[in-house]
Amino acid sequence: MASPVSRVKQVSVFIENRPGRLVEMLRVLENKDINIQALSLADAPDFGIVRMILPDADQGIDVLHQAGFTIRKTDVLRVEMPHRPGGLVDTVAEPLARAGLNIEYLYASVDPAPGQAVVVVKVRDLDAAEKALTLG
Amino acid sequence: MYWNEEAETIPREKLEAIQLQRLQDTVQRAYENVPFYRQALDERGVNPQSIRALSDVAVLPFTTKQDFRDTYPFGLMAVPIDRVVRIHASSGTTGKPVTAYYTQKDLDNWANLMARVLTAGGLRKGDLLQNAYGYGLFTGGLGAHDGAQLIGAAVVPSSVGNSRRQILLIQDLGVTGLACTPSYALIIGETARELGVDLATTSKLRVGFFGAEPCSEPMRKEIEDVLGLKALDIYGLTEILGPGVAHECLNQKGLHLAEDNFLVEVIDPETGQKAAPGQKGELVLTTLTKEAMPILRYRTRDIVSLYPDQCPCGRTFVRMTKITGRTDDMLIVRGVNVFPSQIEDALLRVDGLEPHYQIVVDRDSHLDELEVWVEVSEDIFTDEMAPLETLELKVGKELETVLGIWTKVRLVEPGTLERSEGKAKRVIDRRELGTTKDN
Repeated sequence: MASPVSRVKQVSVFIENRPGRLVEMLRVLENKDINIQALSLADAPDFGIVRMILPDADQGIDVLHQAGFTIRKTDVLRVEMPHRPGGLVDTVAEPLARAGLNIEYLYASVDPAPGQAVVVVKVRDLDAAEKALTLG
Repeated sequence: MYWNEEAETIPREKLEAIQLQRLQDTVQRAYENVPFYRQALDERGVNPQSIRALSDVAVLPFTTKQDFRDTYPFGLMAVPIDRVVRIHASSGTTGKPVTAYYTQKDLDNWANLMARVLTAGGLRKGDLLQNAYGYGLFTGGLGAHDGAQLIGAAVVPSSVGNSRRQILLIQDLGVTGLACTPSYALIIGETARELGVDLATTSKLRVGFFGAEPCSEPMRKEIEDVLGLKALDIYGLTEILGPGVAHECLNQKGLHLAEDNFLVEVIDPETGQKAAPGQKGELVLTTLTKEAMPILRYRTRDIVSLYPDQCPCGRTFVRMTKITGRTDDMLIVRGVNVFPSQIEDALLRVDGLEPHYQIVVDRDSHLDELEVWVEVSEDIFTDEMAPLETLELKVGKELETVLGIWTKVRLVEPGTLERSEGKAKRVIDRRELGTTKDN
Protein backbone atom coordinates (compact mmCIF):
# COMPACT_ATOMS: atom_id res chain seq x y z
CA MET A 1 0.00 0.00 0.00
CA ALA A 2 1.46 3.41 -1.04
CA SER A 3 2.33 5.73 1.79
CA PRO A 4 0.16 8.82 2.01
CA VAL A 5 3.10 11.08 1.17
CA SER A 6 5.51 10.05 -1.56
CA ARG A 7 7.97 11.65 -3.88
CA VAL A 8 7.13 11.25 -7.56
CA LYS A 9 8.55 12.39 -10.87
CA GLN A 10 6.38 14.96 -12.59
CA VAL A 11 6.62 15.51 -16.33
CA SER A 12 6.33 19.16 -17.44
CA VAL A 13 5.81 20.10 -21.06
CA PHE A 14 6.31 23.54 -22.67
CA ILE A 15 3.36 24.18 -24.98
CA GLU A 16 2.85 27.12 -27.27
CA ASN A 17 -0.42 28.85 -26.69
CA ARG A 18 -2.29 28.04 -29.87
CA PRO A 19 -5.33 25.88 -30.55
CA GLY A 20 -4.48 22.26 -31.21
CA ARG A 21 -1.12 22.10 -29.55
CA LEU A 22 -2.44 20.53 -26.37
CA VAL A 23 -4.44 18.05 -28.44
CA GLU A 24 -1.29 17.04 -30.30
CA MET A 25 0.51 16.37 -27.05
CA LEU A 26 -2.34 14.39 -25.53
CA ARG A 27 -2.70 12.29 -28.67
CA VAL A 28 0.95 11.35 -28.47
CA LEU A 29 0.35 9.91 -25.03
CA GLU A 30 -2.88 8.29 -26.09
CA ASN A 31 -1.19 6.55 -29.00
CA LYS A 32 1.19 4.89 -26.58
CA ASP A 33 -1.62 3.91 -24.23
CA ILE A 34 -0.28 6.16 -21.50
CA ASN A 35 -2.95 6.93 -18.93
CA ILE A 36 -2.45 10.30 -17.27
CA GLN A 37 -2.93 10.17 -13.51
CA ALA A 38 -2.91 13.88 -12.76
CA LEU A 39 -2.64 16.97 -14.91
CA SER A 40 -2.61 20.71 -14.66
CA LEU A 41 -2.23 23.36 -17.31
CA ALA A 42 -0.75 26.72 -16.32
CA ASP A 43 -0.93 29.66 -18.67
CA ALA A 44 0.98 32.72 -19.72
CA PRO A 45 0.05 34.89 -22.72
CA ASP A 46 2.17 33.05 -25.24
CA PHE A 47 2.79 29.65 -23.78
CA GLY A 48 1.57 27.16 -21.22
CA ILE A 49 3.16 24.54 -19.04
CA VAL A 50 1.43 21.19 -18.75
CA ARG A 51 2.35 19.30 -15.61
CA MET A 52 1.51 15.62 -15.41
CA ILE A 53 1.92 12.58 -13.28
CA LEU A 54 2.29 9.55 -15.52
CA PRO A 55 2.48 5.87 -14.60
CA ASP A 56 6.05 5.79 -15.90
CA ALA A 57 7.65 9.24 -16.08
CA ASP A 58 10.70 8.20 -18.10
CA GLN A 59 8.64 6.38 -20.68
CA GLY A 60 6.39 9.41 -21.02
CA ILE A 61 9.40 11.68 -21.44
CA ASP A 62 10.90 9.46 -24.13
CA VAL A 63 7.68 9.35 -26.06
CA LEU A 64 7.16 13.10 -25.86
CA HIS A 65 10.78 13.86 -26.71
CA GLN A 66 10.50 11.80 -29.85
CA ALA A 67 7.46 13.79 -30.81
CA GLY A 68 9.52 16.96 -30.45
CA PHE A 69 8.26 18.38 -27.18
CA THR A 70 10.34 20.28 -24.65
CA ILE A 71 10.24 18.48 -21.34
CA ARG A 72 11.42 18.87 -17.79
CA LYS A 73 11.30 16.21 -15.13
CA THR A 74 10.68 17.54 -11.62
CA ASP A 75 10.42 15.94 -8.23
CA VAL A 76 7.14 16.71 -6.51
CA LEU A 77 5.14 15.28 -3.66
CA ARG A 78 2.08 13.16 -4.06
CA VAL A 79 -0.23 13.29 -1.07
CA GLU A 80 -3.25 11.13 -0.42
CA MET A 81 -5.92 12.76 1.67
CA PRO A 82 -9.47 12.10 2.76
CA HIS A 83 -11.89 13.65 0.34
CA ARG A 84 -13.96 15.77 2.69
CA PRO A 85 -14.38 19.44 3.54
CA GLY A 86 -11.25 20.56 5.34
CA GLY A 87 -9.28 17.65 3.93
CA LEU A 88 -6.84 19.82 1.98
CA VAL A 89 -6.34 22.24 4.85
CA ASP A 90 -5.68 19.56 7.41
CA THR A 91 -3.56 17.28 5.28
CA VAL A 92 -1.50 19.71 3.23
CA ALA A 93 -2.03 23.42 3.57
CA GLU A 94 -1.79 23.86 7.28
CA PRO A 95 1.15 21.53 7.94
CA LEU A 96 3.19 23.33 5.30
CA ALA A 97 2.23 26.77 6.57
CA ARG A 98 3.16 25.81 10.13
CA ALA A 99 6.56 24.68 8.87
CA GLY A 100 7.02 28.04 7.17
CA LEU A 101 7.04 26.46 3.71
CA ASN A 102 5.58 28.17 0.64
CA ILE A 103 3.58 26.17 -1.89
CA GLU A 104 4.78 26.88 -5.40
CA TYR A 105 1.97 25.09 -7.11
CA LEU A 106 -0.56 22.42 -6.38
CA TYR A 107 -3.16 20.46 -8.27
CA ALA A 108 -5.55 17.70 -7.39
CA SER A 109 -6.60 14.46 -8.96
CA VAL A 110 -8.82 11.50 -8.37
CA ASP A 111 -7.85 8.23 -6.81
CA PRO A 112 -9.48 4.85 -7.33
CA ALA A 113 -10.05 4.50 -3.61
CA PRO A 114 -13.45 5.90 -2.69
CA GLY A 115 -13.44 8.86 -0.34
CA GLN A 116 -9.87 9.69 -1.20
CA ALA A 117 -8.30 12.44 -3.24
CA VAL A 118 -4.77 12.93 -4.45
CA VAL A 119 -2.93 16.21 -4.38
CA VAL A 120 0.29 16.95 -6.20
CA VAL A 121 2.29 19.68 -4.58
CA LYS A 122 5.56 21.41 -5.34
CA VAL A 123 7.56 23.11 -2.64
CA ARG A 124 11.08 24.46 -3.01
CA ASP A 125 12.46 22.41 -0.14
CA LEU A 126 10.94 19.00 -0.82
CA ASP A 127 12.68 17.31 2.12
CA ALA A 128 11.25 19.78 4.59
CA ALA A 129 7.83 19.49 2.97
CA GLU A 130 7.86 15.73 3.03
CA LYS A 131 8.73 15.84 6.71
CA ALA A 132 6.06 18.44 7.51
CA LEU A 133 3.37 16.49 5.69
CA THR A 134 4.27 13.12 7.14
CA LEU A 135 4.16 14.35 10.67
CA GLY A 136 0.81 16.00 9.93
CA MET B 1 5.15 77.47 -55.74
CA TYR B 2 8.99 77.55 -55.45
CA TRP B 3 11.03 78.83 -52.54
CA ASN B 4 14.08 79.48 -54.73
CA GLU B 5 12.61 79.75 -58.20
CA GLU B 6 15.85 80.49 -59.98
CA ALA B 7 17.71 77.64 -58.30
CA GLU B 8 14.91 75.10 -58.61
CA THR B 9 14.30 75.73 -62.31
CA ILE B 10 17.90 76.23 -63.32
CA PRO B 11 18.80 74.89 -66.80
CA ARG B 12 20.74 71.62 -66.63
CA GLU B 13 23.95 72.98 -68.17
CA LYS B 14 24.13 75.77 -65.63
CA LEU B 15 23.34 73.30 -62.84
CA GLU B 16 26.13 70.98 -63.90
CA ALA B 17 28.61 73.84 -64.02
CA ILE B 18 27.69 74.81 -60.47
CA GLN B 19 27.87 71.19 -59.36
CA LEU B 20 31.35 70.77 -60.76
CA GLN B 21 32.60 73.90 -59.07
CA ARG B 22 31.08 72.86 -55.75
CA LEU B 23 32.38 69.32 -56.08
CA GLN B 24 35.91 70.57 -56.62
CA ASP B 25 35.56 72.86 -53.63
CA THR B 26 34.19 70.05 -51.47
CA VAL B 27 36.93 67.61 -52.41
CA GLN B 28 39.53 70.31 -51.72
CA ARG B 29 38.15 71.09 -48.28
CA ALA B 30 37.78 67.43 -47.39
CA TYR B 31 41.30 66.68 -48.56
CA GLU B 32 42.83 69.56 -46.62
CA ASN B 33 40.84 69.32 -43.41
CA VAL B 34 39.67 65.74 -42.91
CA PRO B 35 42.53 63.25 -42.32
CA PHE B 36 40.17 60.36 -43.05
CA TYR B 37 39.52 61.67 -46.57
CA ARG B 38 43.09 62.77 -47.14
CA GLN B 39 44.26 59.27 -46.44
CA ALA B 40 41.53 57.69 -48.56
CA LEU B 41 42.34 59.91 -51.50
CA ASP B 42 46.12 59.53 -51.13
CA GLU B 43 45.70 55.76 -51.13
CA ARG B 44 44.05 56.00 -54.52
CA GLY B 45 46.51 58.49 -55.92
CA VAL B 46 43.68 61.01 -56.18
CA ASN B 47 43.83 64.68 -55.22
CA PRO B 48 41.45 67.66 -55.62
CA GLN B 49 42.97 68.47 -59.03
CA SER B 50 41.80 65.07 -60.28
CA ILE B 51 38.25 66.40 -60.47
CA ARG B 52 37.94 68.07 -63.86
CA ALA B 53 34.49 66.88 -64.89
CA LEU B 54 31.46 65.61 -63.02
CA SER B 55 32.17 62.10 -64.25
CA ASP B 56 35.44 62.22 -62.30
CA VAL B 57 33.40 61.70 -59.15
CA ALA B 58 33.88 58.02 -59.93
CA VAL B 59 37.55 58.19 -58.92
CA LEU B 60 36.61 59.20 -55.40
CA PRO B 61 36.22 56.57 -52.68
CA PHE B 62 32.83 55.66 -51.30
CA THR B 63 31.93 56.54 -47.74
CA THR B 64 29.96 53.94 -45.78
CA LYS B 65 28.08 53.76 -42.50
CA GLN B 66 31.03 51.84 -41.08
CA ASP B 67 33.28 54.81 -41.90
CA PHE B 68 31.00 56.97 -39.77
CA ARG B 69 31.33 54.46 -36.92
CA ASP B 70 35.09 54.24 -37.33
CA THR B 71 35.53 58.02 -37.27
CA TYR B 72 33.10 58.62 -34.41
CA PRO B 73 32.61 61.15 -33.01
CA PHE B 74 34.32 63.95 -34.93
CA GLY B 75 36.59 62.24 -37.44
CA LEU B 76 34.72 63.71 -40.42
CA MET B 77 34.84 67.29 -39.20
CA ALA B 78 36.30 69.79 -41.68
CA VAL B 79 36.14 72.88 -39.49
CA PRO B 80 37.41 73.72 -35.99
CA ILE B 81 34.91 72.88 -33.24
CA ASP B 82 34.33 76.55 -32.46
CA ARG B 83 32.57 76.89 -35.79
CA VAL B 84 30.21 74.01 -35.05
CA VAL B 85 26.87 75.17 -33.69
CA ARG B 86 24.83 71.97 -33.80
CA ILE B 87 25.49 68.29 -33.31
CA HIS B 88 22.82 65.74 -34.15
CA ALA B 89 22.96 62.01 -33.58
CA SER B 90 21.02 59.02 -34.84
CA SER B 91 18.73 57.18 -32.46
CA GLY B 92 19.13 54.00 -30.40
CA THR B 93 21.95 51.77 -31.57
CA THR B 94 24.43 49.37 -30.05
CA GLY B 95 27.65 51.15 -29.45
CA LYS B 96 28.07 54.43 -31.19
CA PRO B 97 25.43 56.52 -32.97
CA VAL B 98 26.11 58.43 -36.17
CA THR B 99 26.97 62.04 -35.37
CA ALA B 100 26.41 64.93 -37.75
CA TYR B 101 27.66 68.47 -37.20
CA TYR B 102 26.74 71.82 -38.69
CA THR B 103 28.15 75.31 -38.93
CA GLN B 104 25.77 78.27 -38.88
CA LYS B 105 25.97 78.40 -42.66
CA ASP B 106 25.10 74.70 -42.80
CA LEU B 107 22.05 75.33 -40.63
CA ASP B 108 20.96 78.29 -42.74
CA ASN B 109 21.34 76.20 -45.87
CA TRP B 110 19.44 73.32 -44.32
CA ALA B 111 16.58 75.60 -43.39
CA ASN B 112 16.57 76.87 -46.94
CA LEU B 113 16.37 73.37 -48.37
CA MET B 114 13.58 72.51 -46.00
CA ALA B 115 11.80 75.71 -46.97
CA ARG B 116 11.88 74.48 -50.58
CA VAL B 117 10.28 71.22 -49.46
CA LEU B 118 7.46 72.94 -47.63
CA THR B 119 6.87 75.52 -50.34
CA ALA B 120 6.60 72.74 -52.91
CA GLY B 121 3.60 71.56 -50.90
CA GLY B 122 2.07 75.00 -50.98
CA LEU B 123 2.98 75.95 -47.42
CA ARG B 124 3.53 79.71 -46.91
CA LYS B 125 3.31 82.60 -44.48
CA GLY B 126 -0.05 82.46 -42.75
CA ASP B 127 -0.10 78.68 -42.66
CA LEU B 128 0.17 76.78 -39.39
CA LEU B 129 2.49 73.79 -39.48
CA GLN B 130 2.27 71.23 -36.72
CA ASN B 131 5.64 69.55 -36.47
CA ALA B 132 5.15 66.10 -34.98
CA TYR B 133 8.61 64.84 -35.88
CA GLY B 134 10.65 64.07 -32.75
CA TYR B 135 12.53 67.08 -31.45
CA GLY B 136 15.97 66.36 -30.07
CA LEU B 137 18.98 64.55 -31.48
CA PHE B 138 16.87 63.34 -34.38
CA THR B 139 17.29 65.64 -37.39
CA GLY B 140 13.59 65.50 -38.30
CA GLY B 141 12.23 67.77 -35.57
CA LEU B 142 14.59 70.71 -35.73
CA GLY B 143 15.11 70.30 -39.48
CA ALA B 144 11.43 70.73 -40.31
CA HIS B 145 11.10 73.42 -37.66
CA ASP B 146 13.76 75.72 -39.07
CA GLY B 147 12.42 75.37 -42.60
CA ALA B 148 8.90 76.25 -41.54
CA GLN B 149 10.08 79.19 -39.48
CA LEU B 150 12.08 80.51 -42.43
CA ILE B 151 8.99 80.47 -44.61
CA GLY B 152 7.18 82.40 -41.94
CA ALA B 153 4.60 79.76 -41.18
CA ALA B 154 3.41 79.52 -37.59
CA VAL B 155 5.15 76.44 -36.23
CA VAL B 156 3.48 74.31 -33.60
CA PRO B 157 6.42 72.29 -32.19
CA SER B 158 4.32 69.42 -30.84
CA SER B 159 7.05 66.78 -31.41
CA VAL B 160 5.83 63.17 -31.49
CA GLY B 161 3.37 61.59 -29.07
CA ASN B 162 0.26 62.47 -27.08
CA SER B 163 -2.08 62.00 -30.02
CA ARG B 164 -5.13 63.36 -28.29
CA ARG B 165 -3.32 66.61 -27.68
CA GLN B 166 -2.15 66.69 -31.30
CA ILE B 167 -5.76 66.36 -32.47
CA LEU B 168 -6.94 69.05 -30.09
CA LEU B 169 -4.34 71.47 -31.41
CA ILE B 170 -5.04 70.61 -35.05
CA GLN B 171 -8.69 71.42 -34.53
CA ASP B 172 -8.53 74.36 -32.17
CA LEU B 173 -5.64 76.20 -33.79
CA GLY B 174 -6.77 75.56 -37.35
CA VAL B 175 -3.54 73.79 -38.31
CA THR B 176 -3.10 73.64 -42.09
CA GLY B 177 0.06 71.57 -42.48
CA LEU B 178 1.37 68.47 -40.72
CA ALA B 179 4.88 67.04 -40.59
CA CYS B 180 5.55 63.63 -39.07
CA THR B 181 6.27 60.00 -39.99
CA PRO B 182 3.66 58.25 -42.16
CA SER B 183 2.80 55.78 -39.42
CA TYR B 184 2.31 58.53 -36.90
CA ALA B 185 0.03 60.32 -39.34
CA LEU B 186 -2.13 57.20 -39.39
CA ILE B 187 -2.10 56.98 -35.62
CA ILE B 188 -3.37 60.54 -35.42
CA GLY B 189 -6.08 59.69 -37.92
CA GLU B 190 -7.08 56.51 -36.11
CA THR B 191 -7.11 58.17 -32.71
CA ALA B 192 -9.29 60.92 -34.10
CA ARG B 193 -11.74 58.35 -35.46
CA GLU B 194 -11.87 56.64 -32.09
CA LEU B 195 -12.74 59.99 -30.55
CA GLY B 196 -15.47 60.43 -33.09
CA VAL B 197 -13.58 63.20 -34.88
CA ASP B 198 -13.34 63.26 -38.66
CA LEU B 199 -10.27 65.35 -39.40
CA ALA B 200 -10.86 65.05 -43.12
CA THR B 201 -14.01 67.14 -42.88
CA THR B 202 -13.61 69.10 -39.66
CA SER B 203 -9.98 70.26 -39.76
CA LYS B 204 -8.19 72.82 -41.90
CA LEU B 205 -5.43 70.39 -42.82
CA ARG B 206 -4.34 70.85 -46.42
CA VAL B 207 -0.91 69.27 -46.83
CA GLY B 208 1.43 66.91 -45.02
CA PHE B 209 5.15 66.14 -45.26
CA PHE B 210 5.86 62.56 -44.33
CA GLY B 211 9.25 60.84 -44.18
CA ALA B 212 11.84 59.00 -42.07
CA GLU B 213 10.36 55.68 -43.11
CA PRO B 214 8.94 54.08 -46.27
CA CYS B 215 5.41 54.94 -47.33
CA SER B 216 3.71 52.88 -50.01
CA GLU B 217 1.10 54.27 -52.36
CA PRO B 218 -1.74 52.51 -50.53
CA MET B 219 -0.47 53.93 -47.26
CA ARG B 220 -0.29 57.41 -48.74
CA LYS B 221 -3.85 57.08 -49.98
CA GLU B 222 -4.96 56.01 -46.50
CA ILE B 223 -3.27 59.02 -44.92
CA GLU B 224 -4.90 61.33 -47.43
CA ASP B 225 -8.31 59.81 -46.82
CA VAL B 226 -8.21 59.87 -43.06
CA LEU B 227 -6.67 63.34 -42.69
CA GLY B 228 -8.08 65.05 -45.74
CA LEU B 229 -4.81 66.48 -46.96
CA LYS B 230 -2.28 66.05 -49.78
CA ALA B 231 0.42 63.72 -48.46
CA LEU B 232 3.90 64.42 -49.78
CA ASP B 233 6.80 62.02 -49.39
CA ILE B 234 10.05 63.57 -48.18
CA TYR B 235 13.50 62.01 -47.87
CA GLY B 236 16.64 62.70 -45.94
CA LEU B 237 19.34 61.08 -43.85
CA THR B 238 21.47 62.18 -40.92
CA GLU B 239 24.74 61.37 -42.65
CA ILE B 240 24.01 63.84 -45.45
CA LEU B 241 21.75 66.47 -43.90
CA GLY B 242 18.49 65.41 -42.30
CA PRO B 243 15.14 66.04 -44.04
CA GLY B 244 15.39 68.20 -47.13
CA VAL B 245 17.51 66.00 -49.39
CA ALA B 246 14.56 65.13 -51.62
CA HIS B 247 10.84 65.83 -51.73
CA GLU B 248 7.72 65.37 -53.80
CA CYS B 249 5.96 68.29 -55.40
CA LEU B 250 2.19 68.43 -55.70
CA ASN B 251 2.33 66.13 -58.73
CA GLN B 252 3.34 63.34 -56.36
CA LYS B 253 5.28 61.50 -59.00
CA GLY B 254 8.81 61.07 -57.72
CA LEU B 255 10.95 62.98 -55.25
CA HIS B 256 13.03 65.93 -56.49
CA LEU B 257 16.61 65.71 -55.23
CA ALA B 258 18.24 69.03 -54.32
CA GLU B 259 20.93 68.59 -56.94
CA ASP B 260 22.54 71.98 -56.42
CA ASN B 261 23.42 70.76 -52.93
CA PHE B 262 23.94 67.04 -53.50
CA LEU B 263 25.54 65.18 -56.37
CA VAL B 264 23.37 62.18 -57.19
CA GLU B 265 24.61 58.81 -58.39
CA VAL B 266 22.78 55.51 -58.71
CA ILE B 267 25.10 52.52 -58.69
CA ASP B 268 24.90 48.77 -58.97
CA PRO B 269 25.44 47.80 -55.32
CA GLU B 270 27.34 44.66 -56.29
CA THR B 271 29.85 46.20 -58.67
CA GLY B 272 29.94 49.82 -57.54
CA GLN B 273 29.57 50.90 -61.17
CA LYS B 274 27.05 53.40 -62.41
CA ALA B 275 23.66 51.81 -63.03
CA ALA B 276 22.14 52.03 -66.53
CA PRO B 277 19.68 54.93 -67.05
CA GLY B 278 16.33 54.14 -65.49
CA GLN B 279 17.70 51.02 -63.81
CA LYS B 280 17.21 50.45 -60.08
CA GLY B 281 20.32 50.85 -58.00
CA GLU B 282 21.78 52.17 -54.79
CA LEU B 283 21.51 55.92 -54.21
CA VAL B 284 24.93 57.49 -53.58
CA LEU B 285 25.15 61.12 -52.45
CA THR B 286 28.00 63.64 -52.30
CA THR B 287 27.45 66.87 -50.41
CA LEU B 288 28.25 70.00 -52.42
CA THR B 289 27.67 72.74 -49.86
CA LYS B 290 28.22 71.23 -46.40
CA GLU B 291 30.96 72.99 -44.45
CA ALA B 292 31.34 71.15 -41.15
CA MET B 293 30.89 67.67 -42.52
CA PRO B 294 31.51 67.30 -46.25
CA ILE B 295 30.73 63.75 -47.36
CA LEU B 296 31.97 62.06 -50.50
CA ARG B 297 29.93 59.37 -52.26
CA TYR B 298 27.91 58.15 -49.29
CA ARG B 299 26.34 54.76 -49.89
CA THR B 300 22.82 55.22 -48.59
CA ARG B 301 21.85 51.57 -49.15
CA ASP B 302 18.50 52.83 -50.38
CA ILE B 303 17.38 51.36 -53.71
CA VAL B 304 15.82 53.80 -56.18
CA SER B 305 15.62 54.53 -59.87
CA LEU B 306 15.66 57.96 -61.51
CA TYR B 307 12.93 59.37 -63.72
CA PRO B 308 14.25 60.22 -67.17
CA ASP B 309 11.77 63.01 -67.92
CA GLN B 310 11.26 66.46 -66.51
CA CYS B 311 8.45 67.06 -64.06
CA PRO B 312 5.52 69.23 -65.15
CA CYS B 313 6.08 71.33 -62.04
CA GLY B 314 9.01 72.99 -63.79
CA ARG B 315 11.72 71.95 -61.37
CA THR B 316 14.76 70.79 -63.28
CA PHE B 317 16.15 68.67 -60.45
CA VAL B 318 16.03 64.93 -61.16
CA ARG B 319 13.36 62.89 -59.45
CA MET B 320 13.85 59.53 -57.83
CA THR B 321 11.23 56.89 -57.15
CA LYS B 322 10.14 56.20 -53.60
CA ILE B 323 12.63 53.97 -51.82
CA THR B 324 11.83 50.46 -53.04
CA GLY B 325 14.17 48.52 -50.81
CA ARG B 326 17.52 48.39 -49.05
CA THR B 327 20.80 46.76 -49.97
CA ASP B 328 21.28 45.59 -46.43
CA ASP B 329 18.95 43.98 -43.97
CA MET B 330 18.09 47.13 -42.08
CA LEU B 331 14.50 47.58 -41.04
CA ILE B 332 12.74 50.76 -40.11
CA VAL B 333 10.38 50.19 -37.22
CA ARG B 334 8.40 53.17 -35.93
CA GLY B 335 10.94 55.43 -37.61
CA VAL B 336 13.88 53.77 -35.88
CA ASN B 337 16.62 51.95 -37.81
CA VAL B 338 16.95 48.35 -36.68
CA PHE B 339 19.57 45.89 -37.82
CA PRO B 340 18.93 42.19 -37.23
CA SER B 341 22.56 41.90 -36.15
CA GLN B 342 21.83 44.17 -33.20
CA ILE B 343 19.09 41.81 -32.15
CA GLU B 344 21.37 38.83 -32.50
CA ASP B 345 24.04 40.50 -30.35
CA ALA B 346 21.52 41.27 -27.64
CA LEU B 347 20.18 37.72 -27.62
CA LEU B 348 23.64 36.22 -27.36
CA ARG B 349 24.27 38.33 -24.28
CA VAL B 350 21.40 36.68 -22.40
CA ASP B 351 22.28 33.39 -20.77
CA GLY B 352 20.47 30.29 -21.77
CA LEU B 353 19.06 31.32 -25.12
CA GLU B 354 19.46 29.20 -28.18
CA PRO B 355 20.73 31.06 -31.22
CA HIS B 356 17.53 30.22 -33.04
CA TYR B 357 15.40 33.29 -33.36
CA GLN B 358 13.11 35.03 -35.78
CA ILE B 359 12.29 38.67 -36.07
CA VAL B 360 8.71 39.39 -36.96
CA VAL B 361 7.67 42.88 -37.88
CA ASP B 362 4.01 43.64 -38.14
CA ARG B 363 1.81 46.65 -38.21
CA ASP B 364 -1.09 46.71 -35.84
CA SER B 365 -3.32 49.77 -36.16
CA HIS B 366 -0.59 51.68 -37.96
CA LEU B 367 1.91 51.17 -35.20
CA ASP B 368 4.87 49.02 -36.16
CA GLU B 369 5.44 46.16 -33.80
CA LEU B 370 8.65 44.29 -33.44
CA GLU B 371 8.54 40.78 -32.07
CA VAL B 372 11.43 38.44 -31.58
CA TRP B 373 10.62 34.76 -31.37
CA VAL B 374 13.20 32.75 -29.54
CA GLU B 375 13.29 29.02 -29.27
CA VAL B 376 13.17 27.70 -25.77
CA SER B 377 15.73 25.07 -24.94
CA GLU B 378 15.47 22.38 -22.34
CA ASP B 379 18.12 24.24 -20.42
CA ILE B 380 15.90 27.26 -19.97
CA PHE B 381 12.74 25.33 -19.36
CA THR B 382 12.54 24.98 -15.60
CA ASP B 383 8.92 23.94 -15.16
CA GLU B 384 8.08 27.20 -13.45
CA MET B 385 6.20 30.04 -15.09
CA ALA B 386 7.96 32.88 -13.37
CA PRO B 387 11.48 32.29 -14.69
CA LEU B 388 10.20 31.98 -18.25
CA GLU B 389 8.17 35.15 -18.01
CA THR B 390 11.08 36.88 -16.37
CA LEU B 391 13.29 35.73 -19.21
CA GLU B 392 10.91 37.16 -21.80
CA LEU B 393 10.92 40.47 -19.99
CA LYS B 394 14.66 40.44 -19.52
CA VAL B 395 15.32 39.85 -23.18
CA GLY B 396 12.75 42.48 -24.05
CA LYS B 397 14.51 45.01 -21.86
CA GLU B 398 17.90 44.12 -23.29
CA LEU B 399 16.54 44.67 -26.78
CA GLU B 400 14.89 47.93 -25.78
CA THR B 401 18.22 49.20 -24.51
CA VAL B 402 19.94 48.27 -27.72
CA LEU B 403 17.29 49.29 -30.22
CA GLY B 404 15.57 52.15 -28.46
CA ILE B 405 12.13 50.66 -28.99
CA TRP B 406 10.12 48.11 -27.04
CA THR B 407 10.39 44.63 -28.48
CA LYS B 408 8.05 41.85 -27.54
CA VAL B 409 9.76 38.57 -26.91
CA ARG B 410 7.96 35.35 -27.44
CA LEU B 411 9.30 31.97 -26.42
CA VAL B 412 8.44 29.27 -28.91
CA GLU B 413 8.97 25.56 -29.03
CA PRO B 414 12.25 24.28 -30.42
CA GLY B 415 12.11 23.35 -34.06
CA THR B 416 9.30 25.75 -34.89
CA LEU B 417 11.61 28.26 -36.50
CA GLU B 418 12.82 27.79 -40.03
CA ARG B 419 16.24 26.28 -40.48
CA SER B 420 18.22 26.67 -43.65
CA GLU B 421 21.50 25.61 -45.08
CA GLY B 422 22.76 29.07 -45.76
CA LYS B 423 21.68 32.36 -44.28
CA ALA B 424 18.59 31.79 -42.19
CA LYS B 425 15.61 33.91 -43.06
CA ARG B 426 15.78 35.88 -39.89
CA VAL B 427 13.21 38.51 -40.66
CA ILE B 428 9.56 38.15 -41.50
CA ASP B 429 8.16 41.53 -42.41
CA ARG B 430 4.40 41.27 -42.52
CA ARG B 431 3.88 44.92 -43.25
CA GLU B 432 3.24 45.80 -46.85
CA LEU B 433 5.58 48.64 -47.64
CA GLY B 434 6.49 50.31 -50.89
CA THR B 435 6.25 47.30 -53.11
CA THR B 436 3.74 48.63 -55.58
CA LYS B 437 4.71 48.60 -59.25
CA ASP B 438 3.78 52.20 -59.82
CA ASN B 439 6.81 53.42 -57.85
